[in-house]
Amino acid sequence: MLRNNLRRVRRTAIGGIVLLAACLSFGQAPNTCLDCHSALPEPQGVTQEKFAQDIHAQKGLTCASCHGGDPTSMDMTVAMSKAKGWKGHIDKKQVPALCGSCHSDPNFMKQYNPGLRTDQLSQYHTSMHGKQLAAGNSKVAVCTDCHSVHDIKPPSDQHSTVYPLNVAKTCSKCHADANYMKPFGIATNQYANYTTSVHYDALTKGGDLSAPTCVTCHGNHGATPPGVDKVQNVCATCHVFQAQMYGKSTHFKAFQDKNLPGCVVCHSNHAIHPPTDAMLDTGKQGVCMSCHKPGDKCDVARVNILSSLTKLDQTITSANQILHLAESSGMEVSAALGAQDQARDALTKARVTIHTYQPSLVAAEVQNGMKIANANFKAGQDAMVERNHRRIGLGICLIAIAFALFGLWLLIKKIEA
Amino acid sequence: MLKKIIDWLDERLHLDGLLEPFRHKTVPTHKLSCWYFFGGITLFLFLIQLLTGILLLLYYKPGANEAFESVQYIVTRVQFGWLIRSIHSWSANLMVFTAVAHMFSVLFLKAYRKPRELTWITGMLLLFLVMGFGFSGYLLPWNQLAFFATTVGTQMAGQVPLIGQPILIFLRGGPEVTGATLTRFFGFHVAVLPGLVFVLIAIHLFFVQRQGMSVPPKVEKEWEQNPSLRREMKFFPNFALREMMAWYVAIGALGVLAALFPWDLGVKADPFGAAAAGIKPEWYFLFMYQTLKFIPAHIGFIDGEVLGIMGCGVVALLWMLLPFFDRERAGGKKSWMTGIGIFALVYVIVFTVYGYVAK
Repeated sequence: MLRNNLRRVRRTAIGGIVLLAACLSFGQAPNTCLDCHSALPEPQGVTQEKFAQDIHAQKGLTCASCHGGDPTSMDMTVAMSKAKGWKGHIDKKQVPALCGSCHSDPNFMKQYNPGLRTDQLSQYHTSMHGKQLAAGNSKVAVCTDCHSVHDIKPPSDQHSTVYPLNVAKTCSKCHADANYMKPFGIATNQYANYTTSVHYDALTKGGDLSAPTCVTCHGNHGATPPGVDKVQNVCATCHVFQAQMYGKSTHFKAFQDKNLPGCVVCHSNHAIHPPTDAMLDTGKQGVCMSCHKPGDKCDVARVNILSSLTKLDQTITSANQILHLAESSGMEVSAALGAQDQARDALTKARVTIHTYQPSLVAAEVQNGMKIANANFKAGQDAMVERNHRRIGLGICLIAIAFALFGLWLLIKKIEA
Repeated sequence: MLKKIIDWLDERLHLDGLLEPFRHKTVPTHKLSCWYFFGGITLFLFLIQLLTGILLLLYYKPGANEAFESVQYIVTRVQFGWLIRSIHSWSANLMVFTAVAHMFSVLFLKAYRKPRELTWITGMLLLFLVMGFGFSGYLLPWNQLAFFATTVGTQMAGQVPLIGQPILIFLRGGPEVTGATLTRFFGFHVAVLPGLVFVLIAIHLFFVQRQGMSVPPKVEKEWEQNPSLRREMKFFPNFALREMMAWYVAIGALGVLAALFPWDLGVKADPFGAAAAGIKPEWYFLFMYQTLKFIPAHIGFIDGEVLGIMGCGVVALLWMLLPFFDRERAGGKKSWMTGIGIFALVYVIVFTVYGYVAK
């Protein structure tokens, strides 16, 4: 009797455990691939931890989604049978098409990320990478070279290879490798130059994730060097005013005639440094005299522009110094200090106007800035004069008080005598 | 001519009889007499506050959109506006200092003893009102520092159990510090507090006049043993002239501070802006602020901040009732009150300095 009861309890318990396991696994497609591949070395090896970080795995896709086969079968011959659609290793040349089979299908992609573009493959075909691949060169980048494989993260993930802060490093894996790039005959100093640039500083030190990286100028999936005559269009996406002014300037036609790459002629490309007035000078940083001759009409204009900009800069600095001195003396000069921003804006505007290469337009902006900076300087001077008046007044008052105290003391002495 | 006018008035108002008590009023003279001046200096600074405050009222405009600009106008455009504003701010601070010095001098000279308990209580109430003046006046320029200091200060008042939230709403004129708080504080600063202060000053001075100046117990004992040592001076003109000298010194100090260190205006309050790093209350609230910072977040089941604020309130109340705890001890033993006074003074100084240098 007791033995029968024990058997019944045991059966019920086993049945319960099986039922619980079935419930827990319900809805999850088994992925037996990782059981073996997590133990294999690279490149076949993919651990559970690595694959779990992949955005595709997180969205419910499995190895079979790309490689085919039957991941539900524990039998390797069944799981990796051609009959089950197993493709095995994906050849590099087939990677773009494979990724594109989903990513170019708007209806399919809508299920996961309705905002994601679906033109990556068509863009890729227009890129230098895509064209070279189509021509049979498999050394060029395909999707997995930039996005990694088996642990692909969305670009917004800080650990993603295409996160803004990581893009340049990702491109440099190939483009900074002299041996790898040798057959292509292109330079490999772009990354080294880029890390010295104002754009890199804005991105990494300024924390501005919208600052330009490689893909901002070259495109990402359609990555191609802008043609010599198209550089201006690339820069214009951010530097609108400069590009507009340059487009109407005499330099535009002159550069086009000589097939010079617009902005790059003066500012360089990957190693773009913060522009300074020294670029107008004849020193090491000067750029004008590499084309112009000393004493020519343009050189005279250059000297005038440089001297007026320097004068405005110095006036703003002087105004700043005297205003801060007045402020540290307790004078109320906040209005003039606030107006200093307007003077600095005028200086910036004058510097931007250089792209018109018309000295009269630059002079007009400088004049505007000088008017404000001079007024601010005068406000600082007035404040300092007022400060000195106050101190003189204080001295007179203290002398008067000292006399009054002395008089009171004499009066007390007289009364108490 | 002047004598004629005085005689004319005397004939009608009998001024002679009114001034008679002052003619006979005397001030004890001993080595600690200098402390008698602090009450008078505090009163003088209050009168300066009154005068400069009225002058500021000619141009000041209460309101979130106008207050800062009006103060800016006063210090930049109005003739001697900078001087009036700076003197108002500096004398407010000096007044708190001299009031506190006056309080401690009364404590250490044991001038609070019977029959002067009520003089002490009115003095303490005046000190609280002076601090109220400081707190309400601090917001009036509507600058960033004042905005956040008021936010923190009223928040602390809101921590009082049961009545905290209604007090907070009453002080702020709503759940947040806004223009409504500014106009409210302006009202407190220029109408409510001055009214209360006038009444209390009158009572305080009446008590002092009726009871005369207190003499420290030690000096009193010496005088009792040897009456020939007793020294006094007439209030008019001897003491009054000396007090006037102290007032001149106070004016000189105010002039130096106002001319060399004009009170900063800061930047206009921006309710959506970030609080300045290391924001602290005015120096006379620093010791309390620093004390609250030391109290743990929770003590048992009670919120630390609530406990701290309640503690400050209880200590202030006990401090006000201090004369009633001081009893003459048999055998001429020293009272423990001096010890408490020294401890309080050292505590306030140490925590104020620590609060000032702490980040």
